[in-house]
Amino acid sequence: MKHRLLAGLATISLGAFCWAAPSVSSSLKTLRAVGPEGQGNAAAAKAWKQLIKADATALPEILAAMDGANPLAANWLRSAVDTIAARDKKLPLKALQKFLANKKQNPRARRLAFELIQRVEPDTAAKLIPAMLNDPSVELRRDAVERVIDQGLDLKKIKKDGPAKEQFRKALDAARDIDQIKTITTQLRQLKEEVDLPRHFGFLMHWRVIGPFDNTKHAGFAKVFPPEKAVKLDAIYAGKAGKVQWSQFVTADEYGKVDINQAYPGLIKEVTAYAYTTYDAPAARAVELRLGCKNAYKVWVNGRLIFGRDEYHRGTRIDHYQLKANFKKGRNTILIKLCQNHQTESWTKEWEFQLRVCDPTGTALHATNRPPTPKQGTNNN
Amino acid sequence: MKTTQLLITLALAATAQAGDWLQFRGSNGNGVAENETLPINLSADNLKWSVKLPGRGLSGAIVVGDRVFVTCSNGARQDRLHVVCLNAKDGSIRWHRQFWATGRTMCHPKTSVAGPTPCSDGEYIYANFSSNDLVCLDLDGNLQWLRGLTHDYANVSNSLGMAASLVVAGGTLVVPVENDSESYTIGIDKITGRNLWRLNRPKSANWTTPTILEGVFKGRDLVALQSSKGVVAVDLRTGDKVWNFGNGASTTSSTCVFDGVLYVPSRGITALRPRSDGKTPDEIWQSGRLQPSTASPIVLDGHVFTINRAGVLTAGNLATGEREWQLRLKGPFSSTPAAAGKHLYFFNEKGLMQIVDVTVKEGEITGKLDLDDQILATPAVANGAIYVRSNTKIYKVAK
Repeated sequence: MKHRLLAGLATISLGAFCWAAPSVSSSLKTLRAVGPEGQGNAAAAKAWKQLIKADATALPEILAAMDGANPLAANWLRSAVDTIAARDKKLPLKALQKFLANKKQNPRARRLAFELIQRVEPDTAAKLIPAMLNDPSVELRRDAVERVIDQGLDLKKIKKDGPAKEQFRKALDAARDIDQIKTITTQLRQLKEEVDLPRHFGFLMHWRVIGPFDNTKHAGFAKVFPPEKAVKLDAIYAGKAGKVQWSQFVTADEYGKVDINQAYPGLIKEVTAYAYTTYDAPAARAVELRLGCKNAYKVWVNGRLIFGRDEYHRGTRIDHYQLKANFKKGRNTILIKLCQNHQTESWTKEWEFQLRVCDPTGTALHATNRPPTPKQGTNNN
Repeated sequence: MKTTQLLITLALAATAQAGDWLQFRGSNGNGVAENETLPINLSADNLKWSVKLPGRGLSGAIVVGDRVFVTCSNGARQDRLHVVCLNAKDGSIRWHRQFWATGRTMCHPKTSVAGPTPCSDGEYIYANFSSNDLVCLDLDGNLQWLRGLTHDYANVSNSLGMAASLVVAGGTLVVPVENDSESYTIGIDKITGRNLWRLNRPKSANWTTPTILEGVFKGRDLVALQSSKGVVAVDLRTGDKVWNFGNGASTTSSTCVFDGVLYVPSRGITALRPRSDGKTPDEIWQSGRLQPSTASPIVLDGHVFTINRAGVLTAGNLATGEREWQLRLKGPFSSTPAAAGKHLYFFNEKGLMQIVDVTVKEGEITGKLDLDDQILATPAVANGAIYVRSNTKIYKVAK
């Protein structure tokens, strides 16, 4: 009788386990299927309710489901992780550590795993940080870089300049966040070290520019001027105020700013210009073009429009726009249209952009034809 | 059947309550807390608690029953979005959910990705962010649905930051995502998160919050959408345009509705009475001497009040728009005041709380409390307390 009872309990337990496992995977499948404009939300809501019934042992599986998930699905999954982890205090730390150690997993999911470990065992988490200096997760990398910066600052404080420089160099090689890069650069320069910021970021410094074309009442944004049809570097076109032709433009700005006002001096408004460059890629690959710009713009890669936006003078920063593109092996072309509007306030003078090519972590990808970083730009900019 | 109905009734009674503060400027959308008793003099004893938040923000808090909800953002790119639920009694965190921004997080350093004030229908919380990520959670933090409006419409964003708040009424969530480029206000089914309608709006950055007009046209609810062009009223359920006021309006301070009249920040303030035939509203008065700035106008005790950025409070006659008196408060101000009883409750950008008795001739400051913190958010009033969030904390002030 006792054995039968145990066997029965075992069957129930096993049955529950067998039932739970497919339920998790089926819920994950439904959540990963959500799409734009609320598509799949109704099914996802039901699947999410089912998923959060799982105990904390399911967390690694849920985190793994973030790999390849679209950003909306990733948020559904993240919310399930948060909900389960908030309810179940006993987290599967070993499994989470194993998940974290697998750098092929989704970087954000790995960061989430790290934070779950950190919540329960902060000392264990702290010990993991030094090995994350070149981690694919930018957030994990950030913590490791911060630690190396601190070590450099400590060494600098006690006048050990050589070792301090080494630490700051190590930190700079790994740093991908702008604030950290600026901090490290300041420290290195105080120690009389040179820092090639354009190269570190991967800013494109050498361009050809043509303009100005008309942009009265913002109409130039939509109008197709000749460079959009074909880039012919020796052609001459009718511009807004006479003939226009391509000219070389080199920027020496540390943050890669291409100031079109330098090419066409004087405060000119309601105009459009184009900037063009080439990028020789060692292999075909997906890249991110990271653009900072407060003018209306369009960007083409190899003749294909990848994005445009008609907003003027609302603000900008490095990596303001992260544009996905595919480079082919060999020569690729990048064309940017940059529009200036009618406003005359001092803060509407800027007619400029900065563009870099990098991977999803923000690591610079250098062209094989990248020239050395210029010491001086066009018109001494 | 009867049992089911009873259970539904009890469930609703347990959620939406009279003393709740359910959206930007409260459940009525006009900043006035009905039947609330708040302190009118202030000392340090009135500060009941303050709690550090997990990120930055200037969205207002909302209150449902004994729960206070607030949004924040943090991270090197401000791309981690938070919805936090606190216990009103002691400020302890009841739950906390995070999401990743799917849209751009660029904004002016003074503002924040957690700019828009969330809203609630008493059962669910609807929170959106400057990245145009929109989530619906139940009161216990369980996700019901989510949207990424920049994910859906790639040019929906504002590089200064989005801050217009969303509102919910009937079955419709009205989400303004108006900007210089791809500019919409979207009516979303509050249950499914799917679009009911999507209205093209002026291509111009706009931080004003829509105003619900209940049953004003053939028994239908309308929503008034303010922009640089003026105010357009659309059917809440369909998005169909009903009337248009085309004399221009502010893109920062929002229309206030009191007793069926719209006090629109337009050429100063313009008072509009909607018509039952759905034609352009009748203009009751217009006054260029009432000049709202970032803060929205508020109506109390027969006056419409505006406060400019520097801190000059102006009282206008509600019936005529005539300027009656002015009182200088210590500014500068970004946040809209709240009202309870015969008092207005202000927070300046440096965290100084100031209470004004508006029934005294030319107004009188009756209380001050220095929270010494950056406060840009509009306060919430609920159950005898006032809740205000700073860039890093949330405070409860009560008797």
